[in-house]
Amino acid sequence: MEDLLHIGGRSIKSRLLIGTGKFSSYPLMRKALEAAQSDIVTVALRRVDAGAKTDNILEYIPKSCILMANTSGARNADEAVRIARLAKASGAGNWIKIEVVQDNKYLLPDNLETLKAVEILAQEGFIVLPYMSPDLSMAKRMADAGAAAVMPLGSPIGSNRGMKTRELVEILVREIKVPVIVDAGLGSPSDACECMEMGCAAVLVNTAIAIVRDPVAMARAFREAVSAGRTAYLAGLASSGSEASASSPLTGFLRNETR
Amino acid sequence: MSYSDILLKYKDLPFEKIFHELSPQEVERSIASGTQEPERLLALLSPTAEGFLESMAQKAHALTLQHFGRTIQLYTPMYLSNFCENECAYCGFNARNKMPRRTLTLEEVEKEAAFIASTGIEHLLILTGDSRTKSSPAYIKECLSVLKKYFSSISAEIYALSEEEYADLVRSGIDGLTLYQETYDEAVYERVHRSGPKKDFIFRLDAPERAARSGMRNVNVGVLLGLSDWRKEVFLMGLHAQYLQDHFGDVETGASLPRLRPHAGDFKEMTEVSNANIAQIIVALRLFLPRLGIALSTRESAGLREDLLPLGITRMSAGSTTRVGGHTIASPEEENAPQFEIADPRDVDAMKAMLVAKGYQPVLKDWMQI
Amino acid sequence: MILTLNGKQESIDKPLSLDALVAAKGLCPDKIVVEHNFSIISKEDWHKITLKDQDMIEIVSFVGGG
Repeated sequence: MEDLLHIGGRSIKSRLLIGTGKFSSYPLMRKALEAAQSDIVTVALRRVDAGAKTDNILEYIPKSCILMANTSGARNADEAVRIARLAKASGAGNWIKIEVVQDNKYLLPDNLETLKAVEILAQEGFIVLPYMSPDLSMAKRMADAGAAAVMPLGSPIGSNRGMKTRELVEILVREIKVPVIVDAGLGSPSDACECMEMGCAAVLVNTAIAIVRDPVAMARAFREAVSAGRTAYLAGLASSGSEASASSPLTGFLRNETR
Repeated sequence: MSYSDILLKYKDLPFEKIFHELSPQEVERSIASGTQEPERLLALLSPTAEGFLESMAQKAHALTLQHFGRTIQLYTPMYLSNFCENECAYCGFNARNKMPRRTLTLEEVEKEAAFIASTGIEHLLILTGDSRTKSSPAYIKECLSVLKKYFSSISAEIYALSEEEYADLVRSGIDGLTLYQETYDEAVYERVHRSGPKKDFIFRLDAPERAARSGMRNVNVGVLLGLSDWRKEVFLMGLHAQYLQDHFGDVETGASLPRLRPHAGDFKEMTEVSNANIAQIIVALRLFLPRLGIALSTRESAGLREDLLPLGITRMSAGSTTRVGGHTIASPEEENAPQFEIADPRDVDAMKAMLVAKGYQPVLKDWMQI
Repeated sequence: MILTLNGKQESIDKPLSLDALVAAKGLCPDKIVVEHNFSIISKEDWHKITLKDQDMIEIVSFVGGG
């Protein structure tokens, strides 16, 4: 049976989601997207600069991809909701990554405002994927409010520090019924592989691909790492813990058992 | 989604076939892994796993120490009434059984309470038969107003109620519910519960989650071992406990493993559950749900209770009687039949001494209502 | 009269419809979304909106983002 990722009523092949920020050019970004073979691609919405002549980024994203607008720039739930509605009106579809950040130093998300936005947008029929700090109660509430997946951070956005939140994300993987997608902070393919081995449903990568010397090769490396990690997870990783060594038998009493 | 919806998914699994095809390697993997996939619980309960009982026991013991320490909570049951409108084939309180019936007066409740409290017990379990007329929720509330003075925690093992009724009891001082489904096999359930309000399988099945929603701090599920294939029953009970843990993070979930005992009934089709089977059930549940409370009642003998203790037990009853007023109100045995025969008559002091000797701390009170 | 366009104040001297504003700014209608006083206005309705003093206009389009 094919191993597919089920989100928002869609069955998706690739477990690598790609963000489109920070690439040096749109044509290069397109090549990286093709190398990654991603099915879900994020974009942002910005005020147009009337003077500047820019290309339409959508023309550089393969038509087969699901477009997921993010709400970056939103500082609270109302702003996130407003951006989401604008994104939908612009024909980007109804997939939305909620991102509410009030903290410009670490760019850590505001879980409470994010939850409020999830509640509103899920009601309105959006496929909602909240970017969040890995907190179990919040993740549960977001899933209950209709989030199609939860997207905890591995480490701060763009920091490339890898899975600093591993233990908390592991709890989400065990307890949350919707897919857990690690978003932000993954710096290398091995970080992505680690997430997948842990049982995460997918990863979202942007900076670690966009800013390197050869983004196309790095996109391929991430694709392969995600695939390897997923395969290892499905194969059932061997336990590395030391087994309990018998001190004194606990079931000896059963040997003399007379029924 | 209620547990009754989940049960539909699992109740008709081809258990025989799954057990037959299960390899020892798969059991070993299930022992080593810490996942909560239903398949893992099945593997741990399988006949194949019987060959790994000692290593399962070692791991179960370590997990129990990790999550509960060397402590055992002691509680005492108090029967308030044995009037019952059900005909349960396995039970001494069966409505068809010709026996004297009584409901304790509030004075008698107070006398019993004072005696039990004098033994040092702080956690009480009150029980009634299933009779909304003879032991109504209003009567239970009256009893609670007396009992609250003597105990820091009171749990109830009574007929299934609505969520509002549970909430009302919580406000009156109840903090825990014990409700055995008896069997998760609806056909067996239908057969052994011949008549009475208990016949409503789904209403009973979803009662623990109603109790959890109502504000109870502890909710305990259970199957009556011996009614039908225990592997299947414990599997479905384990998933029930898991459901409660997953959905009600603020409720402590527990399970009980009552084995059918001789009783004044006529149920004769008992299936065998050996001591080794009981041991396997305890360690499988512990490996699957490391923080599940597991109670072992005086249905089991003193010796077996001590042997099973380190495998994963967290709560034990002491100074038990299953007669109404059995603690203080003397009456000739033949005039007051017990619900079932108990096999471990030790009082609270004897249980405490045993636990201390085995290196455990007997816990008489681990919380109080403020 | 004064408009707020993408957070900046602009003055215009004669009444203007939304589609005329978009054209005047040299924007490609297919790439953008327009919000008028916090309501999203679909392209077909741009010509129906005549801008008034103190109106708030947001014009946004997609860019790269993660």
